Amino acid sequence: MTTYSFDAVIPIVCVILAGLVVMLAEAFRGRGEKMPLGGLAVIGLVGAAASSVLLWNRNATSFGVVTADNFALFLNLVLVAVGLMTVLITAQTADRDKLPAGEFYATALFALVGMMLMVQASDLLVMFLALETMSIAVYVMTGIRREAVNGTEAAFKYFLLGAFASAFFLYGVAFLYGTTGSTSLDRIGTIVASQAMAPNPLVLMAVGMLLVGFAFKVAAVPFHMWSPDAYEGAPAVVTGFMSTGVKAAAIAGFTRVFLSALEPMIGYWAPALWVIAAATMVLGTVVGVQQTSIKRMLAYSSIAHGGYLLLGLLAGSDVGKASILFYLAAYALTNLGAFGIIALLGSYSRDNDNLRDYAGLWHSHPVLATLMALFLLSLGGFPPTAGFIAKWYVFSAAIGAGYYWLAIIGFLSSVVSVYFYLRIVVMMFMTDRDARPVPAPVTGIALAGLALSLAGVLYLGVLPSQVIEWAQASVATIF
Amino acid sequence: MVALGAVVGLGGLVISGLVGPSNPTPEKEAAYECGMPPVGDARERQSVKFYLIAMIFLLFDIEVAFLYPWAMAMRDLGWPGLLQITLFFAILVVGYAYIWRKGVLDWGPESDPDYKHAPRPGPAVIKRYRYGTRH
Repeated sequence: MTTYSFDAVIPIVCVILAGLVVMLAEAFRGRGEKMPLGGLAVIGLVGAAASSVLLWNRNATSFGVVTADNFALFLNLVLVAVGLMTVLITAQTADRDKLPAGEFYATALFALVGMMLMVQASDLLVMFLALETMSIAVYVMTGIRREAVNGTEAAFKYFLLGAFASAFFLYGVAFLYGTTGSTSLDRIGTIVASQAMAPNPLVLMAVGMLLVGFAFKVAAVPFHMWSPDAYEGAPAVVTGFMSTGVKAAAIAGFTRVFLSALEPMIGYWAPALWVIAAATMVLGTVVGVQQTSIKRMLAYSSIAHGGYLLLGLLAGSDVGKASILFYLAAYALTNLGAFGIIALLGSYSRDNDNLRDYAGLWHSHPVLATLMALFLLSLGGFPPTAGFIAKWYVFSAAIGAGYYWLAIIGFLSSVVSVYFYLRIVVMMFMTDRDARPVPAPVTGIALAGLALSLAGVLYLGVLPSQVIEWAQASVATIF
Repeated sequence: MVALGAVVGLGGLVISGLVGPSNPTPEKEAAYECGMPPVGDARERQSVKFYLIAMIFLLFDIEVAFLYPWAMAMRDLGWPGLLQITLFFAILVVGYAYIWRKGVLDWGPESDPDYKHAPRPGPAVIKRYRYGTRH
């Protein structure tokens, strides 16, 4: 008789239940009847946040494959924030965009389930399962506006490439299982460490395959091709959701696999990751400069941010891991805020995401323009915001680990990226408005979400020590 | 082992290419070669309901694939096993209720609430619908 411990899965179960309830409510809703479906989603997310806080420092595990160490719980909280922001913004835009609200919230919650399972998984097969749960839900969300040609194209491209990437990941898992006889990260770590001097060539292939699979989900160069199209074609809310949630979950899985089970092989994968990280930062920035669509520009910026995160992963030290966590928190709040504003300014027929559409925004929507400017400054890494501390933290981790050149490349591309963030700011504040229709005004709920997000960005930027402490505590207990 | 696999795989291709008789006919050269001349176009319009049914079938197929092994090991798994399979089942039932209410299982035009008020299509529309616009 085995005893079962369900502790570690409680946050996940909260979100699953919320997703199922939303789905049932949507099914039994009468035609045209309104239901507070977003509220149901919020309840589930709050439950997940509360249980994550209660599990702090407990190191609970369930079924031997799901772990609730502080690293995972920290990221759970980030993911819950991502989910809450998405729900708050969607509450405002769902009717306008004619999104099927019930299906949207249910898929978003199921995607979050996949993400949370991915950060909590301590077994490669469970991680694959989580990856698929997350990815399939996000493919659906990308194409959720079925009548939009762009969205359908984006979803199809994302699905095809994502399926290939999943196959790579699974192939890597299969090779590791073939050589070590296990899919558990702990067990693989022990066996790989014992043969680190003369590694089995199949393990090297497995490392390569896993690297490809994760690099794809992180949208690292040269596996980034899907992301500009997918980010541009999806509704702006979904773009915000996947550029933060999917990235956070993928980076977490990447970190856990490569810095625990495959850490003994660091001499083999570090050079490859060096090149990937450098290429990601440079290409994301340089191509981003040329874009005229803000969504596409932020897609490339998101690629570049993935590169900075890889810097933290490459540093590999405790500082590096803590910097990843802090960076993910800062980046999630900032990027969701920026995409939230883009979503609110769009309309059903047009996304209004061209650079010219933002001309003179300060005159028509001063509050939104100010918020947008602050989010963009944070993405660019200006001092009073979260982005500055996050970048400083990651670069100092890289320098501490001896990656001087990579830190210099990162710093330079960060400087270049400031150009395209500031271009939007200049457009909003210093250009006269074109004779364009003013988008629909914003009401309470979404603005509250944006305000919370901004509060988070400023808090992390001005008083980061508490969160940095938590991030350090998160990585101290594991790996 | 890898070399052996490569030899078997590539060897088969090379030897059949060298030794096998080559006697092409139009039927054999067809893209989908099954020995029969193809009848009509493969790109025919199908009702989306077929795809939905296929997806639902997959769902319930997988459900049964789990239920049989559980039934075989029911005594060993005991109450926790029963609990798990019940939870699994409950989640699928939610999906089932969803597709039922959404009308995936309703076939025929009467099930569409908009149908009664919709204008009847004339013969030309029906013909176009049935044969596609290209013909």
